[in-house]
Amino acid sequence: MASLKVPASVPPPYEDAEQLHKAFEGWGTNEGLIISILAHRNAAQRNLIRQVYAEAYGKDLLKDLDKELSSDFERTVLLWTLDPAERDAYLANEATKRFTSSNWVLMEIACTRSSHDLFKVRQAYHARYKKSLEEDVAYHTTGDFRKLLVPLVSTFRYEGEEVNTMLAKSEAKILHEKISDKAYSDDEIIRILTTRSKAQLNATLNNYNNAFGNAINKNLKEDSDNDFLKLLRATIKCLTYPEKYFEKLLRLSIKKLGTDEWALTRVVTTRAEVDMERIKEEYHRRNSVTLDRDIAGDTSGDYERMLLALIGHGDA
Amino acid sequence: MADLEALVNAFTGLGVDEKSLIENLGKSHPEHRTSFRKRTPHFFIEDERSFERWNDHRVKLLKHEFMRFKNTLVLWAMHPWERDARLVKEALKKGPQSYGVIVEIACTRSSEELLGARKAYHSLFDHSIEEDVATHIHGSERKLLVALVSAYRYEGPKVKEDAAKSEAKILANAIKNGDKKNPIEDEEVVRILATRSKPHLKAVYKHYKEVSGKNIHEDLDASDLILKETVECLCTPHAYFSKVLDEAMSSDAHKNTKKGLTRVIVTRADVDMKEIKEEYNNLFGVSLSKKIEDKANGNYKDFLLTLITRDN
Repeated sequence: MASLKVPASVPPPYEDAEQLHKAFEGWGTNEGLIISILAHRNAAQRNLIRQVYAEAYGKDLLKDLDKELSSDFERTVLLWTLDPAERDAYLANEATKRFTSSNWVLMEIACTRSSHDLFKVRQAYHARYKKSLEEDVAYHTTGDFRKLLVPLVSTFRYEGEEVNTMLAKSEAKILHEKISDKAYSDDEIIRILTTRSKAQLNATLNNYNNAFGNAINKNLKEDSDNDFLKLLRATIKCLTYPEKYFEKLLRLSIKKLGTDEWALTRVVTTRAEVDMERIKEEYHRRNSVTLDRDIAGDTSGDYERMLLALIGHGDA
Repeated sequence: MADLEALVNAFTGLGVDEKSLIENLGKSHPEHRTSFRKRTPHFFIEDERSFERWNDHRVKLLKHEFMRFKNTLVLWAMHPWERDARLVKEALKKGPQSYGVIVEIACTRSSEELLGARKAYHSLFDHSIEEDVATHIHGSERKLLVALVSAYRYEGPKVKEDAAKSEAKILANAIKNGDKKNPIEDEEVVRILATRSKPHLKAVYKHYKEVSGKNIHEDLDASDLILKETVECLCTPHAYFSKVLDEAMSSDAHKNTKKGLTRVIVTRADVDMKEIKEEYNNLFGVSLSKKIEDKANGNYKDFLLTLITRDN
């Protein structure tokens, strides 16, 4: 469930656009006003505001935001204001240019979005970057990472709930065989993970657990320094228990462990309209404190206020 | 007997000549039919109990020929997305000799058309195209085919000439070292052919000739058929379609190859038939219409000719 809180009666877009324009006037920028508007509008509403803003003031709202804001807060507002498909395209493009964490972001987008939404990302990518997503991912990755990531971003998984139990059995067996042979990037593992529907995959992995006594990720933990294995485990987690994946990402980011510095911003802005409530529950369950408290403890100022507003904290 | 020849002709080629059959067989007397049966040993066998029996295999073939018109109509009326999804499914069922159809669909459709086919495939078969392609294909062509059906190519005209040049070199090297490593399994070959935009690939095709002296598909031989067809579909589709049409109409064509005539005309009539006709004439020195007139019969022939001359 989304954590985004939208007021019961929302002002018309031209009013929001006017307020935002006012927020940029004068000496400084009225960040509070920006948060109070944008952090409480859904994607459709934000799109309208951008449209109206452009018509009224002849400029792109996001360009104005870019000029006026700085650092983490800016990044959060920028990412949040973008339409979800554009946002993912932006993040994916950024990921093909960066060295660390880049593979993770690509995998995360490919695996946690619905088939339909992933395709919208590919369309947004064409529009914004004049190239295809898979073209850039293929060009900027090599070896096993390319072998896994290109099919992941290109797949258009069947979204039905049907499960073939015999197939689940036989594919669990294949996975187990290959893993026992340490053939982690084998064609068959890639095939199963990158083409099967999520429902079928779930069935296969449950079968794996029943048949072989261990969850598949346990068997994949064998070499903790192997980056490809780490990515493979995360892929499986994203495809089956995304809220657990996101909880861990948030926990590591807040505790400043791991190398994904922008994880907190990314997870909050990309999940606020999707399943942030579930992620919060998972966070509380795992850490015995609320996400709100840890974010408040770890961040400050407008950045903190924006994040808290997006995760639905109080009357922010 | 002139009627005999006409009758045999009515059954020879693609489709059947319904009018001729009605005229000749319909008006025939018993002795004409006896004569027909005795003088067509490839249709009728002399049975030991003194009667002429239909050759079973020939009847089966006839069934296909009668169905050609019906299949064409059904395919023509079908939504293009459903059409492409069903063609892929059929190709997967038929096996390796039909994988060229998968290449054809993945590479000659626009990005939106291919997306549509993938959606239709979900509805029709409860699986994704890439899932089924990956499961049913086990040979060296699997990686390329999965990547081709998964593509959502950028469709703008922008091309980076430097990148095109260097990628032409990469392809040339991969093909040159073909005896050491099968180019169809080379990860760079797959990357270039399955992810680059078509305008970009046309530039690569052009630069390839400068680098290697020949066109890409000339450097590939029959053992690299899928790779060859991929390049042709992506870079020279009209020549590719012309060849499929011509092969379909050759006298000793395999029954799967013959289906190419219906498939290409039905799937391209609304798209680029004009260009295909021009290219066909260039390559084979005869108009497509004339060739179809010669090789096809009856309603099937009339329907095809109508499809390809609609905008004349």
